[in-house]
Amino acid sequence: MFEILKKRDLTPVTKLFVVEAPLVARKARPGQFVIVRVTESGERIPLTIADYDAGAGTVTIVVQEVGLTSRLVGALGEGERILDFVGPLGRPAPLTDRGPVVLVGGGFGVAPIYPIAKVLKTKGVKVISIIGARTKDLLILEEEMRSVSDELLVATDDGSKGHKGFVTDVLKQLIESGREIEEVIAIGPMVMMRAVSRTTEPYKLRTLVSLDPIMVDGTGMCGACRCTVGGEVKFACVDGPIFDAHQVDFDEAVRRGHMYDAEQKLALAKLEVAATGGRGGCACGGGR
Amino acid sequence: MSDEAKRKPAKRPRAEMPCQDPAERVRNFNEVALGYDEELAVAEAERCLSCKDSKCRDGCPVDVDISGFIAKIRDRDFRGAYEAIKGTNSLPAICGRVCPQETQCEAKCLLGRKGEPIAIGRLERFAADWAMSQGKDRPADIKPNGRRVAIVGSGPAGLTCAGDLAKKGYEVTIFEALHAPGGVLVYGIPEFRLPKRIVAEEIDNLRALGVNIQCDVVVGRTITVDELFDEGYDAVFLGTGAGLPMFMNIPGETLNGVYSANEFLTRTNLMKAYLFPEWDTPIKVGRRVAVVGAGNVAMDSVRCAKRLGAEEAIIVYRRSEAEMPARLEEVHHAKEEGVIFHTLTNPVRILGDEKGWVCGLECLRMELGEPDDSGRRRPIPVKGSEFVLEVDTVVMALGTTPNPLVSQTTPGLEVNRWGCLVTRDEDGLTTRDLVWAAGDAVTGAATVILAMGGGKKAAAAIDRVLRG
Ligand SMILES: Cc1cc2nc3c(=O)[nH]c(=O)nc-3n(C[C@H](O)[C@H](O)[C@H](O)COP(=O)(O)OP(=O)(O)OC[C@H]3O[C@@H](n4cnc5c(N)ncnc54)[C@H](O)[C@@H]3O)c2cc1C
Ligand SMILES: Cc1cc2nc3c(=O)[nH]c(=O)nc-3n(C[C@H](O)[C@H](O)[C@H](O)COP(=O)(O)OP(=O)(O)OC[C@H]3O[C@@H](n4cnc5c(N)ncnc54)[C@H](O)[C@@H]3O)c2cc1C
Ligand code: SF4
Ligand code: SF4
Ligand code: FES
Repeated sequence: MFEILKKRDLTPVTKLFVVEAPLVARKARPGQFVIVRVTESGERIPLTIADYDAGAGTVTIVVQEVGLTSRLVGALGEGERILDFVGPLGRPAPLTDRGPVVLVGGGFGVAPIYPIAKVLKTKGVKVISIIGARTKDLLILEEEMRSVSDELLVATDDGSKGHKGFVTDVLKQLIESGREIEEVIAIGPMVMMRAVSRTTEPYKLRTLVSLDPIMVDGTGMCGACRCTVGGEVKFACVDGPIFDAHQVDFDEAVRRGHMYDAEQKLALAKLEVAATGGRGGCACGGGR
Repeated sequence: MSDEAKRKPAKRPRAEMPCQDPAERVRNFNEVALGYDEELAVAEAERCLSCKDSKCRDGCPVDVDISGFIAKIRDRDFRGAYEAIKGTNSLPAICGRVCPQETQCEAKCLLGRKGEPIAIGRLERFAADWAMSQGKDRPADIKPNGRRVAIVGSGPAGLTCAGDLAKKGYEVTIFEALHAPGGVLVYGIPEFRLPKRIVAEEIDNLRALGVNIQCDVVVGRTITVDELFDEGYDAVFLGTGAGLPMFMNIPGETLNGVYSANEFLTRTNLMKAYLFPEWDTPIKVGRRVAVVGAGNVAMDSVRCAKRLGAEEAIIVYRRSEAEMPARLEEVHHAKEEGVIFHTLTNPVRILGDEKGWVCGLECLRMELGEPDDSGRRRPIPVKGSEFVLEVDTVVMALGTTPNPLVSQTTPGLEVNRWGCLVTRDEDGLTTRDLVWAAGDAVTGAATVILAMGGGKKAAAAIDRVLRG
């Protein structure tokens, strides 16, 4: 079970895996995620389902290496097995029948946007996608996104591809240009989603984001993933992870994401010692 | 033996349980209570009066033949004692350690009227540990009957139901959401109270009976109850527990440094955060930790906090010590370990610093009023008694309710207003035909032995119905 059938390096720090997981594949919907664990003493980390094929019994995930566990996942190769792969978790994204929908993906967030675009497209909903990254080499899944979007706009912080600047600049231009937009769905780093939310709020434009708080079980058992939405405490793993952006307390979400900063450094240090001693050469692609 | 000689030992105090020294044990996660050796066990067994109409047995939810097994320990027939217990209790090494004996079997013991009741739990643990030290149980001869049962959840309810059905020849598969089987026994109750190798051994015994355990399957998400029937299961048993943590809904509960007890204990026990960074999952334990609540869950949390390095670990409880729901032994052990108790104290607000980390717990003092529905005296706030406990970690151990994942995805499966599964009869038949349930999912948070008793009844009923 959970054998890696295919691996693709999307960037030096972003890896795509096609994993054999027939039960998960059968039930997966856009917006849902899995929790993986790769060693007996390992941590459980959530990763969004980036594609699924019920017929083939496979689920695709895209992992960006940021800390210990994401690097351990990233280091796995074809033919190896993921120890635990549980899902699909969370509620599927509520997808409208009315377009146009603007999808915004930043960094690894382009991966979870992809199945949403794919389903919207098959429903005949017009999709305008905006994808971005710091620089051209970190941009992922551009061709895949183009194939499921009516229009694809690209932004890089350094201008090495597409618009020079943030995805929010492009989004703002789009809104200002008076184009018809039914709703916006944005997935990426918490700070990017906060920026998107702030961009669309003045226009009262319905905006959904997918929160990525720290999680443990992913089934509603621990409450680690709680976040405040519309003044109420929600468990992102069962009530979300997709929420109405304008109701989300982003500052709190960002703050809670820093709970274990000190411990995460410690864990990474351990990996680096092991990497230099063992496999020769550092697996680190430069972090974030 | 003359009557005189038989009666005498009863007058002795009960044999003391050897324990790790408190100063030592707060620095490790090894088991606190070390268990009787043969001599202590025999000495304690000799105190038993072997009452004809043994009241102790009425106090045991699974009807263990208490006077019978104790007589066998007295006669040094330890194997026989173990088998006598196993007749009705499939997890004696666990029950002997965690049953709230003082409100169950031992509460009814005749000797308890004047002096100290027989230490039934300790003797049960002794017999089970002795048997484990002698090697594996012989797998019973099982003839497959060709029928399949799906068990959802691998806590004591699911494990017991699975074992009973497997022995009757059913092909049993347990589906567990987490990556390891055992339910609260592995994610909640800490190593120092219930060593995980004991749980693992019991689970190995089940596997030896042919039970198949599939972890990483969340029923309701990965597969639904209806799909289990489609896959060819003839019946489904739900032992999904009560895993949803409650919060107080007071200001500050989303500050960094506030945990539910479930998260705190899961990180510590299941994910072994006490071994971080050797194990990968971290936990944040400050210098002063407040645990709100006074049940077993609270005691486990506060004692974990102490072992994880907290200088002060504090219980904050709105009622008085007499109302604490935790097992007596746990409260006693917590006190020995230096846990501070603030009873008649109710939190009203968690205070945070400028960076959003906990820096204090504002509380009100309480006094006891008239008895409430539960028969316990209702705590009422003392006006103007606010004060702040300076703490940097807060753990909420207020209780749990059943997780709605299964009920929400199973048409026709009814829950009551507390989210507990509704059962139609004593055996745990739910409002869906061929679906049974027991344990915390039905009763709300209760005890290991009640969950086991429920799993047992359901197994018997499933067998009756499927055989037609
Ligand atoms: C619903 C959801 C979907 C996600 N989807 C993806 C995805 O598709 N691709 C991807 O690359 N990443 C995804 N993430 C984020 C990913 O889970 C974290 O990057 C990963 O857990 C980091 O672990 P680490 O040990 O490598 O890094 P660490 O050094 O432990 O942490 C780095 C960062 O990750 C966050 N983090 C740490 N542990 C957890 C945890 N258990 N759960 C969530 N966040 C954590 C920390 O707040 C920190 O900001 C998702 C997170 C959530 C909650
Ligand atoms: C910290 C703590 C200490 C305790 N101490 C004691 C004690 O000393 N003595 C005592 O008698 N009792 C104690 N209890 C209570 C006792 O542990 C429970 O009453 C008992 O475990 C209930 O058993 P159960 O089988 O009903 O459920 P659980 O033990 O809760 O097991 C349920 C299992 O089902 C799984 N599950 C849930 N939903 C799904 C799903 N949708 N799909 C698949 N799997 C699912 C869960 O992951 C879990 O493994 C304690 C409880 C806690 C939390
Ligand atoms: S199972 Fe529990 S209640 Fe029953 S005799 Fe054993 S310790 Fe007592
Ligand atoms: S009631 Fe007490 S003394 Fe009598 S048989 Fe039971 S344990 Fe022994
Ligand atoms: S991750 Fe544990 S409740 Fe959401």
